Amino acid sequence: MSARYPALLALIAVSWLVRPLITQAQNQSGTAAAASAKASAPVDLTGYWVALVTEEWRFRMMTPPKGDYSRVPMTPEARKIADAWDPAADEAAGNQCKPYGAAAIMRVPTRLHVTWTGDNTLRIDTDAGTQTRLFHFDPSPVPNERTWQGYSRAQWEGTALVPAARPAAPTSTAKSLKVVTTNMRNGYLRRNGVPYSEAAVLTEYFDVAPLPDGGQVLLVTAVVEDPRYLRQPFLVSSQFKKESDGSKWDPTPCSVR
Amino acid sequence: MGSNTMLREVVTRTILILSVLVCALSTHSTFAQTELAGSWAATNHEDLAGDGIPVDYTGIPLNEEARTRALSYSESQLAMVERQCQGWPAFYLAQGPFGLSIWNDTDPIKGTVISWTVGAWEDRAPLTIWMDGRPHPSAYAEHTRAGFTTGTWDGNTLVTYTTHMKAGFLRKTGPPSSDEATMTLRFSRHDNVLTVLAIIEDPVYLAEPWIFSKNFQLSATPVAPVGPPCVTTYEGGTPGTVPHYLPEKNPFVEEMTKKYQVPRDAVLGFPETLYPEYRKKLKALR
Repeated sequence: MSARYPALLALIAVSWLVRPLITQAQNQSGTAAAASAKASAPVDLTGYWVALVTEEWRFRMMTPPKGDYSRVPMTPEARKIADAWDPAADEAAGNQCKPYGAAAIMRVPTRLHVTWTGDNTLRIDTDAGTQTRLFHFDPSPVPNERTWQGYSRAQWEGTALVPAARPAAPTSTAKSLKVVTTNMRNGYLRRNGVPYSEAAVLTEYFDVAPLPDGGQVLLVTAVVEDPRYLRQPFLVSSQFKKESDGSKWDPTPCSVR
Repeated sequence: MGSNTMLREVVTRTILILSVLVCALSTHSTFAQTELAGSWAATNHEDLAGDGIPVDYTGIPLNEEARTRALSYSESQLAMVERQCQGWPAFYLAQGPFGLSIWNDTDPIKGTVISWTVGAWEDRAPLTIWMDGRPHPSAYAEHTRAGFTTGTWDGNTLVTYTTHMKAGFLRKTGPPSSDEATMTLRFSRHDNVLTVLAIIEDPVYLAEPWIFSKNFQLSATPVAPVGPPCVTTYEGGTPGTVPHYLPEKNPFVEEMTKKYQVPRDAVLGFPETLYPEYRKKLKALR
């Protein structure tokens, strides 16, 4: 009877060895057969999240003074535009939502409400500025119209294999969401008129991490590329803490001041 | 074969079979990782150091004791011979303006990663991240500037946990950290962007965990793995004295309010100022 144990132990060892291959196969078959982005989500982003303004407090909670563009790699053309910033003119033109466009909205002190709209569209509502972003996982054509929140294509990063560091590391187990946004209207990266243009492309990565108290934090890394107004990609990251419900949800309209 | 022997046999087999199933079906791979080694340039499009003004504690959820100690701090302490080379705690990795040089050490036989190292700067010690499963030392073990760090992989994110840091500063301008502070870092690589999420806990000086992040871009230009040596020199202070401010005597406490109209409770890091609803108070103050 005891002679069977070596065989069982060998089976365990073999299982360990082939596990990465099984994981890869699970990922690939999951990708191929996934009924929807919602069903194949490697991480749950839904729920209410509140911004933690622990960085650049005075640039985000307040409207910085005109001419204070610290750390933004602006082109001379962008600086000219920012120097001419006139909030009253924005209000008169109905452009109160210029600081709430996709390239800036995740830096705004806001709450997020993340939900699924159907099986292949993730929706993010903000209470600050009452904006709505839609992340499309399906390959629908990009519409021609430009909006504050633009058009966003999304994919789970774990669905694409990442080159392994060594042969022993064959699979990616990324749990991130990658979103690329185009078709945005001209907007402001900062409330004091630092511009981004319609040519801007926003690439974002959404990661979720556990907190020591059992909560969760959502980390959003954003790369803004704008050949017209930025000398190099503008790279920032923002944190949101998960809330148990929407009791603090407080919709407020856009404001340029 | 007796019934007890049979029962033992059944239990043993069940455990072994379950072990096989758990091993085979688990989606969490111990091999999961992404390449972090290389030079990472700091983009610095965010001001994480927050040291442009002597009293700027915005964004840090300080408690009252921390606030009091911070306001007693004078940056002239750095002129003291004893403190010129004290350096900054491991937090500075995710706050300071410099890039990161990261490499790993591997077991020459197994090829497994024993540790990752984030190279030093002139005023920050290297951070060694042990990946070999060793435990953290006793609470009474030596505390150092870099502390003791272990790491694990969560999917493609390297998660590190640091303890045993010497008491220091949460920000260079005086908000203190205690020797009970801990730091969790999450290194997430997306294409050529590396984001480091920092979660700082300090039961002595923080009202809640302090959470922030910093970004780096993969660089073809090498980032130095060490800084130049620190050499002390006499800078003119009176030997035996520690520059400081008595309570209510810090001359810089109003500077940020005067310059940028930032309310005093935000300047001094009251926790409620970190949340969106504080903007209502700001609007009411206008």
